[in-house]
Amino acid sequence: MIIFDRVSKRYPNGRAGLTNLSLSIDAGEMVFLTGRSGAGKSTVLKLITLLERPTRGTVVVGGKNTATLAKRHMPAFRRGIGIVFQDHKLLPERPVYDNVALPLVVADTPLKEIDKRVRAALDQVGLLGKERALPLELSVGEQQRVGIARAVVSKPALLIADEPTGNLDPDLALEVMRLFKRFQEVGVTVVIATHAVHLVRELAQREIALDDGHIQGADIDPLPGMVATR
Amino acid sequence: MSLGLASYGARHVQAFLSSLGRLARNPFGSLLTVIVIALALVLPLGLQLFVNNALAATGGFANAVDLSVYLKPGVPVAKAEQLAQSARARAGIAHVEVISADAALAEFRANSGFGAALGALTSNPLPHVLHVHPAADAESQASLESLRRYFTAWPEVDLVQTDAQWVMRFNAILEVLRHLLVIAAAVLGAGVIAVIGNTIRLEILNRRAEIEVTKLVGGSNGFVRRPFLYEGILYGLAGGLLAWGIAAGALAGLAEPIAALARSYGSRYVLVGPTPQELEILILCGVTLGWLGAWVSASVHLRSIEPRD
Repeated sequence: MIIFDRVSKRYPNGRAGLTNLSLSIDAGEMVFLTGRSGAGKSTVLKLITLLERPTRGTVVVGGKNTATLAKRHMPAFRRGIGIVFQDHKLLPERPVYDNVALPLVVADTPLKEIDKRVRAALDQVGLLGKERALPLELSVGEQQRVGIARAVVSKPALLIADEPTGNLDPDLALEVMRLFKRFQEVGVTVVIATHAVHLVRELAQREIALDDGHIQGADIDPLPGMVATR
Repeated sequence: MSLGLASYGARHVQAFLSSLGRLARNPFGSLLTVIVIALALVLPLGLQLFVNNALAATGGFANAVDLSVYLKPGVPVAKAEQLAQSARARAGIAHVEVISADAALAEFRANSGFGAALGALTSNPLPHVLHVHPAADAESQASLESLRRYFTAWPEVDLVQTDAQWVMRFNAILEVLRHLLVIAAAVLGAGVIAVIGNTIRLEILNRRAEIEVTKLVGGSNGFVRRPFLYEGILYGLAGGLLAWGIAAGALAGLAEPIAALARSYGSRYVLVGPTPQELEILILCGVTLGWLGAWVSASVHLRSIEPRD
């Protein structure tokens, strides 16, 4: 599903985000990206979602080389990925329903279909009945779950989350992580960047530990071909 | 397919309604923009109406490029008919009408308001007149002059009168006004585009966060732009309608003084308002300019908003 081949990312201010990083994530896997702040977790996610482009190397997502993706195809590309943000990026003036429906609305989905899917997504995150509430009327945990509902409403094959539990207390955090696990169980590839090491252990999924833009230790089997040509 | 099309239509209806809602939520700001647009549209409309009325009030001077040939008193009607006959044979003359002294007096009595006073006359003081209408290709100053000399040479002719110069000047003034109208429309049209463009720019900046999120979940530039285009169209439409209202108000206010002026000249002239076609053009201009201003602004400013985390 995701292949990074000797990827480096240097930001315009000179800061190195990633250095010669290679990794591979299979379809249907659930993977945690861990490491300190600035280790490169967010950079990996931004390269996957095309918020940033690599300085060197190749990023392939869902069989598509992101370097050759034309700008006009970017909206369609992003529609294939569900993204959950730490600050959830909900529209504060729109009710929960509109927020969750947004990915379907931009894809010109028929209204009936939207209604069905929005309710299904809210049901999955346990928020059915809150459709008309405004995001700020909800608790932080509920807001995060609205963000997750929005990410999964268009049934993407890939779900990306950047510190989804950063603002949640431990109980809520575990609950949210278990929610992600349930999506993985129905076949969605899930990639989560997180600080919360105890949650990673609790869920017992593969972990890619980053340190200073590299992969730390040998948690991952590097792709042999890639290492050989390094 | 039809379902996809229906949903596409539903999206547009939704974008339109949400644009309408946003305008309604900020009535004061929207109203100011609409007023500026209306003022920019009403000026060319006013000029157009002025030209129309000038033409209508003067009875269409385009056909007034003709000659009145006054015969000497005492020339009999039969002679006048004979002269007209020979004039008709000459090149450069479309047609000749004989207005006999009796007919002229009857008309004068009916239209001038001096009916009673004319009754005191014992004899008809008016001469017979030939009304000469030049052919369309002979309306130039030179050919009119040659016609004038042709008639002046006849011994029965007392006086040949042409209004050509006056008419040409009048037409030239109208032509200047028409050009002024085009220039004013172009300049003010550019103004409308700028005003709407700026309004849309502010709107885009206000909704930056929403636009970013929409792009993050896969909204295309076209999708994000759609509501702004509708907003521009709504501004243009409202501006056009208000301009129509302003023009109607101005016409209503002017109707009485103009009627009084016309009465003082013994005329029953009434102001000519905009034709349905002119109103159509006015509204269409407003809508087109609104759409164009929004499109330019949205294209420039939306491109600069790319999601960054």
